[in-house]
Amino acid sequence: MSLNLDPKIPSGPLEQKWERHKFESKLISPANKRKFEVIVVGTGLAGASAAATLGELGYKVTAFCFQDSPRRAHSIAAQGGINAAKNYQNDGDSVHRLFYDTIKGGDFRAREANVHRLAEVSVSIIDHCVALGVPFAREYGGLLDNRSFGGAQVSRTFYARGQTGQQLLLGAYSALNRQIAAGTVEMHSRIEMLDLVLVDGHAKGIVTRNMVTGEIKSWAADCVVMATGGYGNVFYLSTNAKGSNVTATYRAYKRGAAFANPCYTQIHPTCIPVAGEQQAKLTLMSESLRNDGRVWVPKKKGDTRPASQIPDAERDYYLERKYPSFGNLAPRDISSRSAKEVCDEGRGVGPGGLGVYLDFADSIKRLGEPKIRERYGNLFEMYHQITGENAYQMPMRIFPAVHYTMGGLWVDYNLMSNLPGLFVLGEANFSDHGANRLGASALMQGLADGYFVIPYTIGNYLAPEGGKRPTTDHPAFKQTEADVRAQINRFLSIKGKRSVESFHRELGLLMWDYCGMARSEKSLTRALNRIPALRQEFWENANVPGNNESLNQSLERAGRVADFLEFGELMCLDALKRNESCGGHFREEYQTPEGEAQRDDEHFAHVAAWEYQGEKTPPIRNVEPLVYETVKLATRSYK
Amino acid sequence: MNLHLKVWRQKNAETKGHLVDYEARNIPEDCSFLEMLDLVNEDLLSRGDEPIAFDHDCREGICGMCSLTINGIPHGPSETTTCQLYMRKFKDGATIYIEPFRASAFPPLRDLTVNRSAFDRIQQAGGFISARVGAAQDGNSILIPKTEADRAMEAAACIGCGACAAACPNASAMLFVGAKVTHLGSLPQGQPERERRVLAMVKKMDEEGFGNCSNYLECEAVCPAEIPVAVIGQMNRDYSVALLKDNL
Repeated sequence: MSLNLDPKIPSGPLEQKWERHKFESKLISPANKRKFEVIVVGTGLAGASAAATLGELGYKVTAFCFQDSPRRAHSIAAQGGINAAKNYQNDGDSVHRLFYDTIKGGDFRAREANVHRLAEVSVSIIDHCVALGVPFAREYGGLLDNRSFGGAQVSRTFYARGQTGQQLLLGAYSALNRQIAAGTVEMHSRIEMLDLVLVDGHAKGIVTRNMVTGEIKSWAADCVVMATGGYGNVFYLSTNAKGSNVTATYRAYKRGAAFANPCYTQIHPTCIPVAGEQQAKLTLMSESLRNDGRVWVPKKKGDTRPASQIPDAERDYYLERKYPSFGNLAPRDISSRSAKEVCDEGRGVGPGGLGVYLDFADSIKRLGEPKIRERYGNLFEMYHQITGENAYQMPMRIFPAVHYTMGGLWVDYNLMSNLPGLFVLGEANFSDHGANRLGASALMQGLADGYFVIPYTIGNYLAPEGGKRPTTDHPAFKQTEADVRAQINRFLSIKGKRSVESFHRELGLLMWDYCGMARSEKSLTRALNRIPALRQEFWENANVPGNNESLNQSLERAGRVADFLEFGELMCLDALKRNESCGGHFREEYQTPEGEAQRDDEHFAHVAAWEYQGEKTPPIRNVEPLVYETVKLATRSYK
Repeated sequence: MNLHLKVWRQKNAETKGHLVDYEARNIPEDCSFLEMLDLVNEDLLSRGDEPIAFDHDCREGICGMCSLTINGIPHGPSETTTCQLYMRKFKDGATIYIEPFRASAFPPLRDLTVNRSAFDRIQQAGGFISARVGAAQDGNSILIPKTEADRAMEAAACIGCGACAAACPNASAMLFVGAKVTHLGSLPQGQPERERRVLAMVKKMDEEGFGNCSNYLECEAVCPAEIPVAVIGQMNRDYSVALLKDNL
């Protein structure tokens, strides 16, 4: 059986597709909207904005988050900004340029029509967020301020200090709160989705666990919207929040939703290096720092002199050297790989040689310390808290870390997965960033999906579905609930000796070594041999204490790690089958003589969408060809 | 380094809690306070005990989930949040008391976790601008001088952790409410609902069981987002004006 992966791209010229699609989409009258119930899982930028907007339109929305409040979703940690093709700087920006930069940044592995729509609605996002009271940075004259980000030669990034994600999320949270108060959205916090319920092949509900009482409960609806974020924590150490996990999307995959391009992961170039074995997470230093910081390492191998004693002539500003036109603002995948290269050559700095300098000395000389403090004060403060070092006086040490995942559940132009009734938004889907996401585009995509896309496209599914909502008495709910209970009992009955955390750590290290910044057939084959053994040990020897009927953080973790232990294998398999390098997916066998990623457009200009076949059978790799009507495939050059 | 911990353990809201002694051994100085607790939990697990439950998520000081009272101070000696506190701030051999955020409006859940949904309900009462999706004018058509935008941003930086209420002898949430009232009240977009907002939020704050401000200023001292106590003055001013107009 092969999947139906029709992307449902509207006909007509690229610039008119979205307008045309909006007009051709089915409408539901206000009186009928009330009759439809929508489940929204996750309340980050995509989930909160979707829940708020659908509630505002009159749908009956029930929203869930596993944190103690929707305001805590990890979108809150995004620092640098949000892109929009406003061209307020009069520097030659346009919808088409943002579209092209995003396609090119994604190494020509994203779907044209989706990306163009994203660029189109980007301008409305800024307007709407301003209306909600998001305190974007302003110039003295009162106009909105912009900064530059990697992969672009225009200034199109809007920001709120170093806390843009926080302010945008709190804006969406406030819109959500307005709907909760109005009674159109019912919000459930500390409740985790553990499975998706299919009735006659349609997504019609979910099964959840109340993380305080342990109650397992079914929820029925006319459709399910998942905005549950990315899977970066498969690497254990990442810039994701500790709670971020793959469970919702992976369990939907096991129920039949196709998982697209799981090997596309983004390693962010500017994070604080690992300090010790006990480290539980990595902290990002916003990419915006590269506007004013210069990246360098010593020219000489094993140079252990303090930075201040290395004269300029003995420093290698390698990004400026290799990519003169983009310099320190080269895209993330390229910057990360360059950092790995110089560290592999033995020129890395700091403990263990796994770090490069990000130096502000020149900018401080040029602009003065107060200006730098105003721009990045909170980041310098955070760096100081974590490392004990003062970056005004010595360069920061940074190293790449897992940050974002471009892969996700497959969706069509309506953001609906191959399972009818299951919509997937934000980082949880795969569609807009190709093989590499540009900085300040995640916030843009999350809000585009939630505020401006799903409210239009959801009607196409719902309109003919009137009156088909099952109740939770349907046998499909009973069966799914029983499956969820059985799995929880299985965790609690292992009664092994080894902590769940230690399994997660081992998996993470394995993924980082074999499926990280560089991959090869050899490393991936090794990982594919080792993961099943680790998984088996987990099921024989994991220590999950306590019971289900209480707040049990070990049990929560066990469920998530069990899914990562299966998902990691899928990622490696996808990486192994993609015999090319593109964006964040770098296969050592496929590189140009200069060490740049070498794509194979003839064989791999497609989306790989994996279809689950059960525990014992390998998944099937389905393909959605990427058809480029407007853009000419080219080798990415940032030189 | 080695540390003596006195940690609040409580099975659930119905049972009484108490402090339990633990020894944390061989803790690296470069590890964060929460990583230290991770290590203690690994140790508890290996001995067949149930680990200590505590809230945390982003571990970079922005989500507001972590909420420990350390040696009697919410977020302890950290300048920001609990998760940004590093062990180098402590002396080898020190005794550390670890308790949850305490306020009558934050009922306990388990060990060091509490329920702070009262904060969400206050925001639902009025912490928003009623802007319909699709109805907004161009972002630059509303000119906001930099000083006003900066003032709004300063108040908007609140992370909703609840340290202010936990630190206040009256368990007052006025810094939290004042921050939102000041953020939205400083912007032109927030003017139409300014009075309704402050009346509704203050009413909800009282209903949830938070006390009033009597100028201890403990809230400002512990606030990880450096929200200035001036927001309380702004809230009181807005509240008085709104109340007066409401009664006319």
